[in-house]
Amino acid sequence: METTNHTPIEYSTEEGSNKILGFWVFLGAEIVLFSALFSVYLVLHSHTAGGPTSKDLFEVREFMIETFLLLISSFTCGLGTIELRRHNVKGLVAWLVITLLLGLGFVGMELNEFITYVTVEHATIQTSAFLSGFFVLVGTHGAHVSLGIVWMICVVIQLLRRGVTPVTARKAFIIGLYWHFLDVVWIFIFTAVYLTGLVL
Amino acid sequence: MIENIKSFLGSFFVTGDPMIYGADASIALASIGIVFYLTYFKKWKWLWDEWLTTVDHKKIGIMYIIAAILMLFRGGVDALLMRAQLIIPNNTFLTSQHYNEIFTTHGTIMIFFMAMPFIFGLMNIAVPLQIGARDVAFPFLNAVSFWLFFLAAMLFNISFVIGGSPDAGWTSYAPLAGLKLDPGVGENYYLIALQISGIGTLATGVNFLVTIFKMRAPGMTLFKMPMFTWSTLVTSIIVIFAFPVLTIALALMSIDRLFGAHFFTIEAGGSPMMWANLFWIWGHPEVYIVLIPVLGIFSEVISTFAHKTLFGYKAMVWSMIAISVLSFTTWLHHFFTMGNTAMVNSFFSISTMIIAIPTGVKIFNWLFTLNKGRIEFTTAMLWALAFIPNFTIGGITGVMLSLAPADYQYHNSYFLIAHFHNVLIAGTVFGVFAGLHYWWPKMFGHILNERLGKWAFWVFMISYNICFLPMYFIGLMGMTRRMYTFPSGLGWEPLNLIITLGAFGMGVGFLIMVWMIVYSAKYGKRDTTGDPWNGRTLEWATSSPAPEYNFAHIPQVETVDAFAHMKEKGTADSIYKAPFQAIHMPNDSGIPFILSVFFFIAGFGLVFEWYWMAIPGAIGIVVCMILRSFKDHDDHHHIPAEEVEQTERAAGRLS
Repeated sequence: METTNHTPIEYSTEEGSNKILGFWVFLGAEIVLFSALFSVYLVLHSHTAGGPTSKDLFEVREFMIETFLLLISSFTCGLGTIELRRHNVKGLVAWLVITLLLGLGFVGMELNEFITYVTVEHATIQTSAFLSGFFVLVGTHGAHVSLGIVWMICVVIQLLRRGVTPVTARKAFIIGLYWHFLDVVWIFIFTAVYLTGLVL
Repeated sequence: MIENIKSFLGSFFVTGDPMIYGADASIALASIGIVFYLTYFKKWKWLWDEWLTTVDHKKIGIMYIIAAILMLFRGGVDALLMRAQLIIPNNTFLTSQHYNEIFTTHGTIMIFFMAMPFIFGLMNIAVPLQIGARDVAFPFLNAVSFWLFFLAAMLFNISFVIGGSPDAGWTSYAPLAGLKLDPGVGENYYLIALQISGIGTLATGVNFLVTIFKMRAPGMTLFKMPMFTWSTLVTSIIVIFAFPVLTIALALMSIDRLFGAHFFTIEAGGSPMMWANLFWIWGHPEVYIVLIPVLGIFSEVISTFAHKTLFGYKAMVWSMIAISVLSFTTWLHHFFTMGNTAMVNSFFSISTMIIAIPTGVKIFNWLFTLNKGRIEFTTAMLWALAFIPNFTIGGITGVMLSLAPADYQYHNSYFLIAHFHNVLIAGTVFGVFAGLHYWWPKMFGHILNERLGKWAFWVFMISYNICFLPMYFIGLMGMTRRMYTFPSGLGWEPLNLIITLGAFGMGVGFLIMVWMIVYSAKYGKRDTTGDPWNGRTLEWATSSPAPEYNFAHIPQVETVDAFAHMKEKGTADSIYKAPFQAIHMPNDSGIPFILSVFFFIAGFGLVFEWYWMAIPGAIGIVVCMILRSFKDHDDHHHIPAEEVEQTERAAGRLS
């Protein structure tokens, strides 16, 4: 790490540092958004209306694998940022591609989980308020990850085309912030939805 | 086949009411007229180059204000229709359904498509100039915000001719607004249009927060910022923390209605009251989103026309910050009567009353600013002076409503209607009118006619009191809100008649104002100095209308009221002294407009649950975002030094 005494490249222009601050602020808004969804879910958790409960549905093995996939992807994404600071495009792109694959694995598992609930357990968004809350909270997170995948692919293409410039560095850094944020949200889903759902 | 088409068209277009046919005809005529004008005078390219693709904060501000004035007209017509219906007992001018639709669109349009865009327009005009910046932090995003708002407003407005208007009130309470009790597309319009414009609003919040934090002129510390800039900063923070909750509330109700979920339904465990909580967790801060910026405007106007520094600058700032924090702790006072425990009601009662303290601090600070000032009674100042007593009446009746036990008496009566119009009109509307007069020269280079302005002020302000003061009394006499008619013999006739006369008086005031704008465009006094009011803040340091780059040289700030200080020291010319340098500016872009058109298409598809239309619209949105991502590597250009010199010379700034 050679950057201890001067500004990292993604912060080197006024535009870059403004956009990074703007994105942090946006993540603040996202926290409010997810907080609202968490409150709704927790209020509705017991409103199962005779349908399946969280204890009936959740499978430890499945959501543990999802959790590990996403946590490891956050780690690989962080390794990418270290390569970014070294201006190493190849290393950065390699770590981002690994992150993408882990992210795809996560989204695939989640889709599979949803499909199982709907087709095997007959637990749909229309069954009960609890399930409405569950599908929308976890689904909103999943939609964020899916959007992040499309976005990260765009960033990877731009990195391959242009190398590490103040602009591409800023983009790579911001998608990293987004990715870590989704990881944090997942920790809360893991705790408040899945672990709590197994015992209550 | 033909029968099918006929029945489709019969349900697609709203039919059966002569007023709606009149509206259809006037919309068609106006559209043809605009297309003809643009084509005949070859203005399409001008429209595209100068307006649809602009990222200039001043032009975006002007477009916001034009749209807001149009929406003020639409919302005002709704109000007059309501008052025409209630002029006499047992009136049959409007049916109950039509009345429901009109009070819904009146409230929704006035809050989302009039008050907020008017305020955002003034922020766009003034804030970058006040802090000595060349533009906002994210000019492209700023254009996205505007076009999302504008196309969302259009989507909402076509509901009354295509498909039917929403009719569950601007608060859209569940379960009334749910699919069971309110089938049809009306509520979908409400949900989808507000969702789209809410995205734009959130982006504006982020944009102005970063602009104010990062782009102030050198020397302008936070506590040297003009008060309107402070109010914008505080408002941006409220937007960022409040709007995501509305996003969620609207999304959940949309999912209920479109996909059969059970968030707010009565069956399958849904919780209708949760809608009320989510809506007002956003809704109460929203009140301050449309109020705090105008408190900033009043501070600017009162200080300028009392020719004094604002009294108690720091107290003004801290009271705004206190209001913004407290605004998140009072939402439940909107439904004291929904069966909460006494402890819960008491908490929200007290938190609501506490807001009166910082608000009172501000009122006294304005009075002390006026004290011993050389007061100049311009139209802008008249609006600001009228605000103080009129708003205080609304504030005091607000404290009455905050007493939970007493609220059981006032709740949902005309007393409440009088209260919130008293704060929203005397606060927000008077405020944006004051701001419009104050900053008009900076926008257009001429001053609004003072004589017509004063006529409009007196007619509007007096009519406003004739309209709303009697509502307190008729509310205490038992008349509840949203009644489409009332029987005779309750003693309500005289007051209802007076209220209606007042409402039409406000309509006359509005018409005088429109005439004033048209008249001033032609005969208004030119502002050649850039400083028509002997202003105190930096927007008056540059020429009127402000050049594209705002300031030839970025000003150096030493004190509060930076420009007044520069004038005293004799350094006001430092911002336009030769030699000049090239200025770095953002490029225009068509993407914000096209992106928003795709939002409109996707939104319209969702309203009618036509997924063949919604999905391509959504794909269009994603494609626009990807295009932007690939194209923003070099989206700036330089204005050469010679061009800066020419512009300054043309503005008469170089001898």
